[in-house]
Amino acid sequence: MATSGTTLPNAGPATGSRSFLSRLRDGDEIARLITMVFAATVVLITLLLVYELWTNSALARAKFGLHFLVTRVWDPNIDQYGALPFMYGTLVTSAVALLIAVPLGIGAAIFLAELAPPRISDTLQFFIDLLAAVPSVIYGLLGVFIIVPLMRTVIFPGLNKPLGFLPFFKGPSYGVGFLTAGMVLAIMVIPYIISVSREVLLSVPRDQREAALALGSTRWESTWQVVVPFAKTGILGSVFLALARALGETMAVTMVIGNTPTISASLFSPGDSIASVIANQFTEATGDVYLQALVELGLVLFLMTFILNGLARILIVVTTQKGSGVPVG
Amino acid sequence: MSARIKWRRFVSNFMLTLTGLCALVSVSVLFLILGYLVFNGGRSINWAFFTQLPKPVGEAGGGMANAIVGSAKLLMAASLLGVPIGFFGGVYLAEFSGSAVASVVRYAADLLNGVPSIVIGIFAYSMVVLPFRHFSTLAGAFALGLMMIPITLRSTEEFLGGVPRYLREGAMALGASKWRTIATVVVPAAYRGILTAILLALARVAGETAPLLFTAFGNRYWSEGWGQPTASLPVVIFNYAVSPYEDWHRQAWAAGLVLLGLILIINILARTILSRGIAVPRS
Amino acid sequence: MQASPKPGLSVNIVSNVGPVAHGASAPLPMRMTISKVNFYYGSKQILFDINMGIADKRVTALIGPSGCGKSTLLRALNRMHETFHTSRLEGEIQLDGQNILAQDVTSLRRRVGMVFQRPNPFPKSIFDNVAYGLRINGIKGSTSEMVEKSLRRAALWEEVKDHLHKSAYELSGGQQQRLCIARALAVEPEVLLLDEPCSALDPISTAKIEELLVELKNLTTIGIVTHNMQQAARVSDFTAFLLTGQMIEFNPTPQLFTTPSDPRTEAYITGRFG
Repeated sequence: MATSGTTLPNAGPATGSRSFLSRLRDGDEIARLITMVFAATVVLITLLLVYELWTNSALARAKFGLHFLVTRVWDPNIDQYGALPFMYGTLVTSAVALLIAVPLGIGAAIFLAELAPPRISDTLQFFIDLLAAVPSVIYGLLGVFIIVPLMRTVIFPGLNKPLGFLPFFKGPSYGVGFLTAGMVLAIMVIPYIISVSREVLLSVPRDQREAALALGSTRWESTWQVVVPFAKTGILGSVFLALARALGETMAVTMVIGNTPTISASLFSPGDSIASVIANQFTEATGDVYLQALVELGLVLFLMTFILNGLARILIVVTTQKGSGVPVG
Repeated sequence: MSARIKWRRFVSNFMLTLTGLCALVSVSVLFLILGYLVFNGGRSINWAFFTQLPKPVGEAGGGMANAIVGSAKLLMAASLLGVPIGFFGGVYLAEFSGSAVASVVRYAADLLNGVPSIVIGIFAYSMVVLPFRHFSTLAGAFALGLMMIPITLRSTEEFLGGVPRYLREGAMALGASKWRTIATVVVPAAYRGILTAILLALARVAGETAPLLFTAFGNRYWSEGWGQPTASLPVVIFNYAVSPYEDWHRQAWAAGLVLLGLILIINILARTILSRGIAVPRS
Repeated sequence: MQASPKPGLSVNIVSNVGPVAHGASAPLPMRMTISKVNFYYGSKQILFDINMGIADKRVTALIGPSGCGKSTLLRALNRMHETFHTSRLEGEIQLDGQNILAQDVTSLRRRVGMVFQRPNPFPKSIFDNVAYGLRINGIKGSTSEMVEKSLRRAALWEEVKDHLHKSAYELSGGQQQRLCIARALAVEPEVLLLDEPCSALDPISTAKIEELLVELKNLTTIGIVTHNMQQAARVSDFTAFLLTGQMIEFNPTPQLFTTPSDPRTEAYITGRFG
């Protein structure tokens, strides 16, 4: 925060009463103006971004309206564009990712926050932070060359034979598809769940755990029935954060999802996500409506992540504040 | 001990072991990735990789010199855009602004930070590619630079704000003006944290692919100046990996190893040596 | 100089508490005994050769200046010190003649309960807070009856009986602390330990809890740490005075406060330090 409440030794009388030019000669005012311009640029850029997304999708929005979100057809040949297959793909892959990542991530966070001695907890957290720094395209490499073959040879047969009667596990499988993309996404979002959940769990006041132990709880009981519920809002926030990340993930998903705008209940089916269709088709878009439909997809993606990130932030702040002040009256 | 207590203790030990397994699995992914990259990419790292241009499609051999140089140019230009805006904006927030304005700027930065990188690419396309009518290094650098702003800004604000009052007051009591105090006392006191954040931001955008797909686009040859499309490591990895050529796959692994190696080294250095004793921003 | 009792189940201490019907030197059973206890955090020694007892169905107070180790000693009695990896206890602490350090800690803590300095109800309803101990220990019987019984014993029932499913955090500080007492009482512990239970509360709530403690001792043995000497004098039957980790004096309360046997005790209770 600004420390500009104190009077400076050489500032002279209060700034309001001096002429603008004389204030300008004072280096501080120039510094203030210059840095203010930079700060304003940030706000400007953000506003400009939203504006550009909005205006560059105008044609498509005018043509399709809100139906855009629920139309299945995406056919550049007849200039018909509907976002439904991509929204479906984005949501399904994200759901699969969360189903895998949330239990694993919360379990790991519990271990790091409640069980591991501080040095081990910090070391492991360091590795988790490194994992979060791995770029998307590297996860894509792993996806294409390791997980896709694994899917074809091990996972598909393993799930399809016993459970193939369920719509989720019907074949055939080409290795790529919703499940593959979901698995890769899961690996990518686990670090976020772990980092935030661990911090949130660490902020739960000691005496909650102690009260539970003092009543004769086992360590697991005190963790699961008292500490985790205390932190549950923040943990939920970490899940929202992970979801926001998963929604916007482009490269790794593009490389393993199959890139066909299909809506299918089967997890082994190839599909497409909002981010990956933009990535694949943007440079090949001919015609204004085509391009603007893709920009509109970008706008949709922006709104989804905007809302999720906002919710996540609120949830996390609420929990870490709760930890520091249970009302005592 | 009663049977019930025995059971509860068993459950407790079992579940806690399970959480340990979760942690182990999560952390070991990092080492798995590194292992695969070293194993598959290690043998393809040679002098040719670093110095030669890509060979025509279908021919074996060649290297990624243009992609490496392209990435370097992109990162350099991105820093020139992103770091000053982030840094001076952070100075404004920490030293000059009122709390209302500060909240707005911070909110904008957080918003920008959360924008998916492909959407940043769309923005850069409309701002830089469309007016000039072709893909360019500049456009790619614009996209990457934007992504560096939020981290730089928040960290600058945080670390400047963490400089203790008495340091500032000491300088001002000697007659230094505010801006001089900031430039000669406050910033030097906070530089390590800020530098760490900048390095981490750089490491993050070094691996970004999506925003480059339709800004810098790609190039099988050297890119002249700043107005031409350019190859970059992440985009080449992507293109090679999804291609049908064995030899390109091999090169993709090698490039992946180089890229990740660089990113991890920057991260490790920034998080350990540079930031001894100070809290480091999470990715 | 010290009037330290010898280890064993009963101690020859003159009891001046309550009606004098029993005569001047009837032996009083000790529910817990503490013998030759030394306590360390890492390499730093906190408690030095502590020997004392917690008398059955009486209130025993631990007093002393900040940092004297009284909380550490209290927390050793239900092995809460084990939540810190570097803590180490030497010596013997017995509950009903059995060494607590050799038992299963989960069952021990059901028998020796604790109320903490700051009220710390769980993020659950009032009902679920009190029922927590019952549920995890699988105590059979009507949960709502047992919850009501505990809340009555903690003098909180009338105030919350129509709001049992509201969050515990909607209660005032004093009420939350009585809720914590009810929560601890629900599992019917043989000993109840309270670590400065009133230090975060206003005087009215403090008075209510002090009244409560005097009634509760008929039900359960009580050990209390307090930095408030007047509270110790009002509420307890026996008082132990600690100074820098050593037990200076352990005597029936009226005796310690009117005719202390150690000059350091006298200095503390007359306010010359602490």
